Amino acid sequence: MTTPEHFFNEQCKAITRRWFFKQCGVGLGTIALGSLLNQKLFAAGKSALINPLAPKAPHFAPKAKRVIYLFMAGAPSHLDLFDYKPQLAKFSGTLPPPELLKGYRAAFINPQSKLLGPKFKFAKYGKAGAELSELLPNLAQVVDDIAIVKSMKTDAFNHAPAQIFLNTGSQQFGRPSIGAWTTYGLGCETSDLPAFVVFSSGPKGTSGGASNWGSGFLPSVYQGVLFHSQGDPILYLSNPKGVDAEMQRDTLDTVRNLNLKHFDITGDPEITTRINSFEMAYRMQTSAPELMDISKESKTTLEMYGAEPGKSSFANNCLLARRLVERGVRFVQLYHEAWDQHGNLVADLKKNCKNTDQACAALIKDLKQRGMLEDTLVIWGGEFGRTPMVQGGDDGRDHHPNAFTMWMAGGGIKPGITLGESDEFGFNASVDPVHVHDLNATILHLLGLEHTKLTYRFQGRDFRLTDVHGELVTKLLA
Amino acid sequence: MRISPAGCWLIVAFALVLSSRAERATNHWAFRAPVRPAVPQLKDRWIRNPIDAFVLQRLQKEKLKPSPEADKTTLLRRLSLDSIGLPPSIAEVDAFLTDKSKDAYDKQIERLLASPHYGERWGRHWLDAARYADSDGYEKDKRRMVWFYRDYVINAFNRDLPYNQFVIEQLAGDELPNATQDQIVATGFLRNSMINEEGGVDPEQFRMEAMFDRMDCIGKSVLGLTIQCAQCHNHKFDPLTQEEYYRMFAFINNDYDAQRVVYKPDELMKVENLRTAMAKIEDGLKAKTADWQARMAKWEDSVTTNQPNWITLAPRIEDISTGGQKYLMQKDGSILAQGYAPTKHTAIFWSTNNTISNVTAFQIELLNDGNLPCNGPGRSFKGTCALTEFRVEVASVLARTNVSKVKFTSATSDYEQPERELEPNFYDKSDRHRVTGPAKYAIDGNGDTAWGIDAGAGRRNQPRKAVFQCEKPMGYAGGTIFELYLEQNHGGWNSDELMNNNLGRFRVSVTTNAGPIVADPVPKPVRDIFAIPHQRRTPRQVATIFSYWRTTVPEWKEANDKIEWLWKDWPNGETAFALIARENPRDTHILTRGDFLKPQKEVTPGVPAFLHPMKSNGSTRLDFANWLVDRRSPTTARVIVNRLWQSYFGTGLVATPEDFGTRAEAPSHPELLDWLACELMDNNWSLKHIHRLILNSSTYRQSSRVTPELRDRDPNNRLLARGPRLRVDGEIVRDIALAASGLLTTNIGGPSVYSPAPAFLFQPPASYAPFEWPEATGPDRYRRAIYTFRRRSTPFPALQAFDTPNGDYSCVRRMRSNTPLQALTTLNEPMFMECAQALALRTLAEGGKTDDSRISYAFRRTLGRLPAPDEKSELLGLLKRQQQRIADGWINPNELSTGKNEKPENLPAGTTPTQLAVYTVISRALLNLDETITKE
Repeated sequence: MTTPEHFFNEQCKAITRRWFFKQCGVGLGTIALGSLLNQKLFAAGKSALINPLAPKAPHFAPKAKRVIYLFMAGAPSHLDLFDYKPQLAKFSGTLPPPELLKGYRAAFINPQSKLLGPKFKFAKYGKAGAELSELLPNLAQVVDDIAIVKSMKTDAFNHAPAQIFLNTGSQQFGRPSIGAWTTYGLGCETSDLPAFVVFSSGPKGTSGGASNWGSGFLPSVYQGVLFHSQGDPILYLSNPKGVDAEMQRDTLDTVRNLNLKHFDITGDPEITTRINSFEMAYRMQTSAPELMDISKESKTTLEMYGAEPGKSSFANNCLLARRLVERGVRFVQLYHEAWDQHGNLVADLKKNCKNTDQACAALIKDLKQRGMLEDTLVIWGGEFGRTPMVQGGDDGRDHHPNAFTMWMAGGGIKPGITLGESDEFGFNASVDPVHVHDLNATILHLLGLEHTKLTYRFQGRDFRLTDVHGELVTKLLA
Repeated sequence: MRISPAGCWLIVAFALVLSSRAERATNHWAFRAPVRPAVPQLKDRWIRNPIDAFVLQRLQKEKLKPSPEADKTTLLRRLSLDSIGLPPSIAEVDAFLTDKSKDAYDKQIERLLASPHYGERWGRHWLDAARYADSDGYEKDKRRMVWFYRDYVINAFNRDLPYNQFVIEQLAGDELPNATQDQIVATGFLRNSMINEEGGVDPEQFRMEAMFDRMDCIGKSVLGLTIQCAQCHNHKFDPLTQEEYYRMFAFINNDYDAQRVVYKPDELMKVENLRTAMAKIEDGLKAKTADWQARMAKWEDSVTTNQPNWITLAPRIEDISTGGQKYLMQKDGSILAQGYAPTKHTAIFWSTNNTISNVTAFQIELLNDGNLPCNGPGRSFKGTCALTEFRVEVASVLARTNVSKVKFTSATSDYEQPERELEPNFYDKSDRHRVTGPAKYAIDGNGDTAWGIDAGAGRRNQPRKAVFQCEKPMGYAGGTIFELYLEQNHGGWNSDELMNNNLGRFRVSVTTNAGPIVADPVPKPVRDIFAIPHQRRTPRQVATIFSYWRTTVPEWKEANDKIEWLWKDWPNGETAFALIARENPRDTHILTRGDFLKPQKEVTPGVPAFLHPMKSNGSTRLDFANWLVDRRSPTTARVIVNRLWQSYFGTGLVATPEDFGTRAEAPSHPELLDWLACELMDNNWSLKHIHRLILNSSTYRQSSRVTPELRDRDPNNRLLARGPRLRVDGEIVRDIALAASGLLTTNIGGPSVYSPAPAFLFQPPASYAPFEWPEATGPDRYRRAIYTFRRRSTPFPALQAFDTPNGDYSCVRRMRSNTPLQALTTLNEPMFMECAQALALRTLAEGGKTDDSRISYAFRRTLGRLPAPDEKSELLGLLKRQQQRIADGWINPNELSTGKNEKPENLPAGTTPTQLAVYTVISRALLNLDETITKE
């Protein structure tokens, strides 16, 4: 059972004295002041110690300590990137078998549309011979480090509900996202940066908007913070014009002293929490710009990602994701909304892969060479797949929920495997189907969280990310 | 079927569990109507009203004592923030401090409850519950013009509309006898649901999502029950069955999701005046024409049968041509456009007919529909539309390759719109000269011209028709395939904004009659009345016929011109979301796991058995609303007084305001809850009465200071041995800064304002599509946060940081977090800095001549109270240090105090830019104090 009260007690237990001194003692004007504050904070009783984002122990030993989620919004075509179907090529231009379409609803097209064969050449790569499209030459180089899941399926086939579903396990708005559940369950290793960071790139924004990384009914402190890849990464990070660093510090010290005086009178521990929030904000003012400055990265690293200092791109975001997790951020989600190829399939897929393939592969290589891949979970995928049937002339595919492909790497994922199959037309997930709830249960498992036990009481009910569903996909585990 | 012994035991055990649960449920306190409890008879001077008696009784039980009363300044600030959401001015504090009369405090309560800002403060709570937002949500998240609803709520609270009446209007204001515009606007409550119009959606799927949301909203906001569980299955904990859920659902399932034209008070007056003036002219015509009825009847006879025989085609849409819009076939052969609305597309329809072979003309009727903006007939934000081109190709069923294009020789319509520039709203970045005009523009082969139907304010939402005459009869013996091309390219550049100009509901028909065929000039509503026998027509119907007929009488030209002239004065009005009952109710079914594609048994409207029975057997929303606010309702009154309590004290008497069910923890003060609920109902459901009671109580007036012992014993202050000390709501955080600085604009109501926010948030990739955010200038910049435009997918950052919900779903309990992002907001967000600068300027102008008096002045503007000496010296220290740094050249004072490298304007006489700069620093520190954003 998780009531706010219970939650409160758990938080108290989870916070170590060491953490407390580290977080509250540093950054104050003087050490003397720091310890004075600490005394006051301790005097304020246990509730003053509450930082809902303090690191917490998982349910069991985790394989992954952090997540980088590459969310390919718009829904990439599994049929042209991962899931090669000779039969689809063979029957291209003919109508699909009627039994396949029984009860099938499509978003735009009449389901009675002709099949469209794969548009690109496929070949086998790596020791395990994973099949990939020619559009993914970089991923091909790290294919032995990833696990490809060809049997994903979901419940929704419109973008906003499907994105919300993949993230929250519900098509209805108002549920916490997987990043929020994770930080709720595990807290964060750093308080100099937000626990859950989101980037968005691509020609459009996401369909699900801020609810994709929202905290739903969980405390709002768990929601993702959207980073801007240019200028201030966090809103209102920079001092206002005319305020220099020293004035900011002097102002904060004055505010803190006045707050402490008032705490003496009122005794409200919320004041000490606020002092702490201001100190964390001050530290973010230094740590976030430092984080964003990728110019300090080696030329080799920049080239590996295809990142360019000062630009905003998916490649830059991948590099930033690595820098974030290095600094202790728990959950990073990169949205790249570009994959909705109702038309212009060939040209747009080429473009999208050019913009993303290199950086995705670089991220794997980079994490690996830094020894971080083993406890960093990387996830790649979109909200659904695309129809084997054509939309329009011969260069587009409609939304398709019955089968699609995702890949995962690191953090306890068995490398170099391909899990599951779709049928001969890539229409239905036919072997080892992995539903969105199964995926989410598995992600939580890798983080050391039992998906049936990570609950939050709301409206008289214990809610879970996986609702009443979700089976651990053991075949994916290393 | 045979059941093993073990199975039998299981069944027995299960039955026992069920029965005990059912029993527990019927005995559950919240499912029995509140009965006014006896007030504890305690002799204690602390007790001011029964609230205190209940609270003290509990405190005595816990061996605790109440805290002393808060000091007057603190109390007035608390009272002011609670009642109107704004801090008291220095003058208000002084007036209270100097008022030594016995009822000084009561006078303050009355002053504040009578303030128009009371409605803003308490209306905002209802808007949370009503999930109010200014945009649709989901991917497109288009803007919607619904601020009339917000203003209705504010006004309803201000005039203390009895809560039972308020709830009735929320659900069924339109069904009240002689419903006023306000009562119709109130039904926006249910309509505040999100709308998904992303490409390819099934409109019925998301209508059902919205229906579930409405049920959830009623459950949380009025019933205090988590009914949405029963959308998929019987409630696991409360005795609500899935069938009962859908029976309640059936009450609210019979409406158009309407968007109506509404008028501001001055416009309403104008509309009334114009109506009267027009009626007067018409009465004059009737008065001087004794035989007008006979003449009108004769005219009617002459036109009733003068129309060709139109055969409806009811064509099918080519899926590929919809542009993502859904064209839904209606029973009358018309087609309704719903879902995503592309701004440019050519819809292709086809129809095969084996009997018609000599088509002489085509007719397109544009029809009204309750689901279209302003009742249609178009899908534009005004309910209008434009048909760029209408083309037809015919082919023989026998020889499909033999396709010929239909050549039209004329196009006529019942309303010939004069040529008009396309409104800026439909700008498509092409800079071509795009116009709408008469029907012939649809067959002129020119993509820049279109048939338009905008007859001006008051008359633009009429059904219209156009007839296209073929050069020669078209069609083939043995069957004809008609292929119809409806080019709709007069929308704007961004289909993710309100820029479509599409047809909404239309019907295509053909005739084989010979001779010149022109559009019937008689309006459809008039012709519809012709079908009713004379003696059964209402006076209003007769008037409708007259209003058209008079325009055909040549000798009445002068009067007709006069009325025409009056029409030009008709106000455009605004729009509001509302419900309109459908003529034919929908069937409601139980849905398997809430899936709209899996209907089971049909259900009739009804209410759950564990709650009070209905008084009537009615099946309307009004019947349902009356049931909700029945005196016997066990939860309705308790739920609302509990929410008021929660707002004052941080936690409700029931900690879970959204759930009074069997899983909810017991109330902290059950008798007090029931007493308040009965007090509400016995006092004509007056919320202000409850506010007055709470504000007057000794319980409320306690100091919020807390000892470590009491804090550990009762961290959440459920026992109420002290006053509340809580960080204020997000809107009020911002409003306090605006008020302290003197920048605040205090106007009540009006369209939502685009408060300053970073531009990139409204552009991809932060926003799905570009969203225009024309940043407010002038006084609108400084409106209260309740008026800030709420876009669901882009929550306003300064409000989101402070836990303001974004309206995706009903919220009756806000979080209250304390985060670094909040600190960054109050420290660095431009509007907070602007407030610091303005407070500095005002301090120099009005705060006396010494640093001592100025610091006191700024302090009081922000916190109400005077600074203590050590607080003052702390601030003086900051002032001196930063003054020195400015003198040493480290800081550019102009940049600091204006945000630009410019000399400050309006610098008070005798003050320097450096002073303004250091007071900006002081003001900024003050606005960032914990106490500033705390009700204490």
